[in-house]
Amino acid sequence: MRVSRFREDYIGFQTIVNRELVRVLRIWVQTLVPPAISMTLYFIIFGGLIGSRVGQMGGYSYMEFLAPGLIMMAVINNSYTNVVSSFFGAKFGRHVEELLVSPLPNAYIILGYVAGGVVRGILVGIIVTIISLFFTHLHVVHPLITISVVILAAVVFALGGFINAVFAKKFDDVTIIPTFILTPLTYLGGVFYSINLLPEIWQHISRANPILYMVNAFRYGILGVSDIRIGTAYAIIFLFIIGLFSVSLLLLNKGVGLRT
Amino acid sequence: MNALSIHDLVKTYSNGTQALKGIDIEVQEGEFSALLGPNGAGKTTAIGIITSLVNKTSGTVKVFDYDIDTEIERAKSCIGLVPQEINFNQFEKISDIVINQAGFYGIPRRLAKQRTEKYLKQLSLWDKRDDISRTLSGGMKRRLMIARALVHEPKLLILDEPTAGVDIEIRRSMWAFLKKINKEGITIILTTHYLEEAEDLCRRVAIIDKGRIIVQGRTRDLLAKLHTETFELNLREPLKHLPPLDGYAVTQVDDTTLEVEVNKSQDVNTLFSLLSQHHIKVTSMRNKVNRLEELFVRLVEGNG
Repeated sequence: MRVSRFREDYIGFQTIVNRELVRVLRIWVQTLVPPAISMTLYFIIFGGLIGSRVGQMGGYSYMEFLAPGLIMMAVINNSYTNVVSSFFGAKFGRHVEELLVSPLPNAYIILGYVAGGVVRGILVGIIVTIISLFFTHLHVVHPLITISVVILAAVVFALGGFINAVFAKKFDDVTIIPTFILTPLTYLGGVFYSINLLPEIWQHISRANPILYMVNAFRYGILGVSDIRIGTAYAIIFLFIIGLFSVSLLLLNKGVGLRT
Repeated sequence: MNALSIHDLVKTYSNGTQALKGIDIEVQEGEFSALLGPNGAGKTTAIGIITSLVNKTSGTVKVFDYDIDTEIERAKSCIGLVPQEINFNQFEKISDIVINQAGFYGIPRRLAKQRTEKYLKQLSLWDKRDDISRTLSGGMKRRLMIARALVHEPKLLILDEPTAGVDIEIRRSMWAFLKKINKEGITIILTTHYLEEAEDLCRRVAIIDKGRIIVQGRTRDLLAKLHTETFELNLREPLKHLPPLDGYAVTQVDDTTLEVEVNKSQDVNTLFSLLSQHHIKVTSMRNKVNRLEELFVRLVEGNG
């Protein structure tokens, strides 16, 4: 009986992921093209024009140093944006009710949307990685760390996007967090520089930024250099996943923003 | 077995509005029931609680004996919902909407496709299966929501104002379809503003007003409580002077139309005898007031 129930729930989960993938591919001009254009510009302006005058960072050319950070930035932004826009759209259009009336457990609904966000994040990550190969060589030193960190970071931000969507009441609420919190944290999270360049006090403050750990862990996977210990990065990523998933589940069980 | 058992259901919204004040409803398996009431009576709130779209304040709701507090997933599996407002993704293909809904209920994709074809054909939407849903007409959108609600083959189908805003032809074809699936064993509960719809379709009726059930029972038994009915008679020839028809309250509407009130102690045969005595020939007759509507108005006004 439990196996059958599990299979039914898995089909429900798979259905959400398929629907999300179809949505991402259907509106590819909105989902896949913009990050490709903006990241190409980052590579040309920061990596090529400015980077050529910066010199080495962490023992690598600035372009090599920059590439992992930009890939991770694209993954983070897109996994977050996918879930927040899709789930809020479902709330706004009321088709979230299709899921709420179904017997699919709330945990699977969250996992389905998160997996959809991860899929888009990874797709965009692959596109940006291909673009980066036009500008630099990527030598992946630790493939397992690279892959696991990028997936786990996408999970963290997909969960963040889900919570944002649960609380959002209007379209403005969907853009506030990415604009005022996510983008500054990403820019200050070691995408463009090593925190060793900062005064000591700012190095300590930067360590409160979770994105710093994800960017550095990913850079460690590709280049083998990092400003932080890789074990600490994994611990923080897992703590965020557990914490954000628990909050998401609590919100959905209570019906916050969904049930009156 | 009861398809639905509601006991002492209370819903108080966060702004203090008490939408339901302790209602009790029982619907037997296989029945076709209506939940009637004026706007704001609490019908949609009750349906929202049964289908988990609204959190209840207190009380119990059981669907085929599954308590929504303890066995919510099993209870949900038994229910198909056709909501009042359009609530599918307007940018998705029609067939995808139905197939995905089956997926949310754990139905494998192959079976989901077979059932989608079956229900889209039954509801005359199969030709539109590859269209984007927002291109459908209002009536088609309603039928799509019925197909979506049936794809997991629920034992209880709940329809909230299913025929609101659709033309008469489509409404009648939907009635015929609902009668058919009810005969096949699906228990149906509907809310409607068209009291003719409830009288024609439903064997049981519950009337709700201001958050309370003011009457419920078999439609036939409730209608029997009405003391008078008004008939409109169409005459073959123009009538110059209305003769006295002893015991009957008669109003002449125009030259060839009469309105007659017949109470329970009277009969229509006597009325026709009196008309014949005065050489008045009747070509046709209809019950002027929808009987359920009359009952509804009386009960709701009485509750005010």
